[in-house]
Amino acid sequence: MPAFSDLANAVVSGVLTGTVYGLMALGLSAIFGVIKLVNFAHGELMTLAMYAAVVASERLSLDPFVTMIGAAALFAALGYALQRGFINRFVRRPEHSQMLLMIALAMIIGNLLLLGFGPDARGVQTSYQLDSFQLGFLLLDKVRVYAAGAAVVATGVLAAFFRLTLTGKAIRACADNPLGARVAGLPLGHLYAVTFGVGAASVAVAGCAMVPLIDVTPGLGPVYTLLAFVIVILGGLGSMVGALLGGVVIGVSEALAGLLIAPSAKSMVSFGLLVLILLVRPRGLMGPVRR
Amino acid sequence: MPLLEVEAVSKSFRGLRAVAEATFSVERDTISALIGPNGAGKTTLFNLIAGMYRPDAGEIRLRGRGIGGLPAHRVCKAGIARTFQLVRPFDDLSVLDNAVVGALNTERTVAGARARARAVLGHLGLGDKMSLIASHLTLADRRRLEVARAVATRPALLLLDEVMAGLRPGEVDELVAMLRTAQREEGMTILLTEHVMRAVLALADQIVVLHHGEVIARGAPAAVLREPAVLESYLGEDALDGAGV
Amino acid sequence: MTAVRRRGRVALIGAVVALAIALPFVANSYILSVVTLALYLAYAGQAWNVMMGFAGQLSLGHSLYVGLGAYASAGLFSHFQIGPWAGVWLAIILCTAAGAFIGALAFRLRISGVQLSLLTIAFAELARIGFDHLDWLGGPGGLFLRVAERNSVDLLGFRGPPAMYYYTILVLVGGALGLCSWLFRRRAGYYWRAIREDEAAAQSLGIDVFRWKLYAVALSSAMTAVAGVFFAFYYNNLFPEQIFSFGRSIEIILGPVVGGVGTLLGPIVGAGAIVVLGDGTTELMNRIGLDIPGGKQVIHGLLLLLVTIYLPEGLWPPLARALGVAPRRL
Repeated sequence: MPAFSDLANAVVSGVLTGTVYGLMALGLSAIFGVIKLVNFAHGELMTLAMYAAVVASERLSLDPFVTMIGAAALFAALGYALQRGFINRFVRRPEHSQMLLMIALAMIIGNLLLLGFGPDARGVQTSYQLDSFQLGFLLLDKVRVYAAGAAVVATGVLAAFFRLTLTGKAIRACADNPLGARVAGLPLGHLYAVTFGVGAASVAVAGCAMVPLIDVTPGLGPVYTLLAFVIVILGGLGSMVGALLGGVVIGVSEALAGLLIAPSAKSMVSFGLLVLILLVRPRGLMGPVRR
Repeated sequence: MPLLEVEAVSKSFRGLRAVAEATFSVERDTISALIGPNGAGKTTLFNLIAGMYRPDAGEIRLRGRGIGGLPAHRVCKAGIARTFQLVRPFDDLSVLDNAVVGALNTERTVAGARARARAVLGHLGLGDKMSLIASHLTLADRRRLEVARAVATRPALLLLDEVMAGLRPGEVDELVAMLRTAQREEGMTILLTEHVMRAVLALADQIVVLHHGEVIARGAPAAVLREPAVLESYLGEDALDGAGV
Repeated sequence: MTAVRRRGRVALIGAVVALAIALPFVANSYILSVVTLALYLAYAGQAWNVMMGFAGQLSLGHSLYVGLGAYASAGLFSHFQIGPWAGVWLAIILCTAAGAFIGALAFRLRISGVQLSLLTIAFAELARIGFDHLDWLGGPGGLFLRVAERNSVDLLGFRGPPAMYYYTILVLVGGALGLCSWLFRRRAGYYWRAIREDEAAAQSLGIDVFRWKLYAVALSSAMTAVAGVFFAFYYNNLFPEQIFSFGRSIEIILGPVVGGVGTLLGPIVGAGAIVVLGDGTTELMNRIGLDIPGGKQVIHGLLLLLVTIYLPEGLWPPLARALGVAPRRL
């Protein structure tokens, strides 16, 4: 049985990483909850963002936490265009059609990344990569703390957007009742596009925050897509708090599994949790009672 | 022993009472009609008998055997077949194949099922449309197809849910005649819900009236339709005050 | 159909069958291996198609059954010298049990749509991670089978020249075609089509929907198990990372989706299209001197994209109609 300090460090580290997972899952929750789109390309967007941070770091010597602002704007625009120009036409198609569409996009993006960057892992080493904060017996990696900080700030911005702005409220109306929203004259096409843009921007920030922690390979896409879905289902659809909570739960369980069982058992926990949740409490931790 | 016995059956949905202590029975080889204003609970009662819902209280017996709460496919095996208010034939299948699915309930081979299906379709006036795809039929034909499909299962009791709705008077008379013939030839008992009084009066040996989920009258048509409670349920209390009833 | 048309169709089918039988004698080993791969994907796709076409469930975790089947038979051969003709039975039993388990879970708890697909992915992933830790089946380093002698035919151990594997997979594809055709005309075919159309109506006609959906899932996983056994003895090496991967599951569904889900010939047409376009383009690129890793998958992705957008029915139904044939649905 590992020492208490090791356990505590693992938990804290898991919480920090978990907030980044949570931000990534938030993007999916928005897309899935509002547009009802099963975004199987979500992980590929994350991977794309991570590579963007790598390129920015190598070519422009930009710190990923600086890149994330530009990346967020870029991804927001790209996401808007993608949804408005392309995906919107598929919103009424049957669910499995959407899934296949996004899987196709995922395959294309993922393999183009492989073509462009090769299979070797790439990462970003910041100047403070090896520094850490010390709080008693807790040793917190600076990169992890900054990443979590960025995630929390981004989540706050998102929450403010959805709760306080007119567009945000309109989007929530669409999610609740698309037909009613249409009848009320809301421009669904535009709002869906904004939602996808917001989702993509969240992923961009999450990706830039993640890349100092984990090296990126082209094949990481499906891993993150599945992780995002697990978190969304765990936390409950449509709940922002749920997505964050879910992310933290996954982050902590991964960290503990890595410490107590074996590093390779980390994802086993996530999938085991997914199966458990689907069977026992399909609405997740904070989801609506209606299914 | 009556073929179907419904005893003090109740069903609520989230606090709303759809059916309240309904009690009636249906004798073998007769045709009974369940009438009542919209929202009276007729379709809910049907769904309870057919096994789509489980009764909160009370008993439903077929040939003396309790069937309340059994899943829909077991209810069919026990001898009850039904049609749906919003017609739902198997749209991508041919008329014949639709009926074959029903016939397979009691036929052991596909060949036997096809023979039975053909026979039933013939009785219901679809004999020359057997190779058509169900989605291409007119409403009247789709209604008849659904009835044929249900009859093909060789039910002891056939439940018809507003099967005359939307039909023209000529089509109503046609279907009434076919149902009478089918009932006789198949040795079935029929329980139907209807708003089209023309059909009810032409077919029913017994009428059961539902209002707010309760059975407020039952018996021979002529008597039941004169009862004040029945008239009140359809026309409203005020309408009766000046009608000298 | 006119007599001329009928004779034309018989002649076409005859020509295809003749070509299929003669292929190992006329084609070089590269073509033979590509066709064998296409047939393997066609067969795996046919097996998947049974679950999707008959039970209407989008399984994105079918690699689970390929992997289980492969490891079961390979493990028996590797550790106990039990040949694949016996090993395949263990594979079938294991996969049918797994499929029935997952299916029963999903249907009882009314899990469908996205959540069902995610559930299937989760189980495949759990298997991947699990087998990574099973060292007596090779673990992450992989399980290797004794490589085949090219010239001798060892039927019992299923070792031999490429032609042997080719004929085997050809028989499997033909067998699957025959099986699905046969089932279509039986009670199972009628009931499955009814369930796919309208579950509640089917239930009201005496069909035990739960049981019949389970039958479809069990059949699908059993058929996929055989694909796994073939895979193990043809490629002779198994890695959990590869065989249980999400990418493999997608590879399996590409054929039927591109060709036409729920149709009899869709998976075969689709697998053919994928291999011709994917491997064909890669080969062309190699000839010019370009080496693009991942290029094949981009082409697969593009094909999937185009089909999903413009031909949601798949390639086969419009092709069939153009040829004057009705595309037979499962």
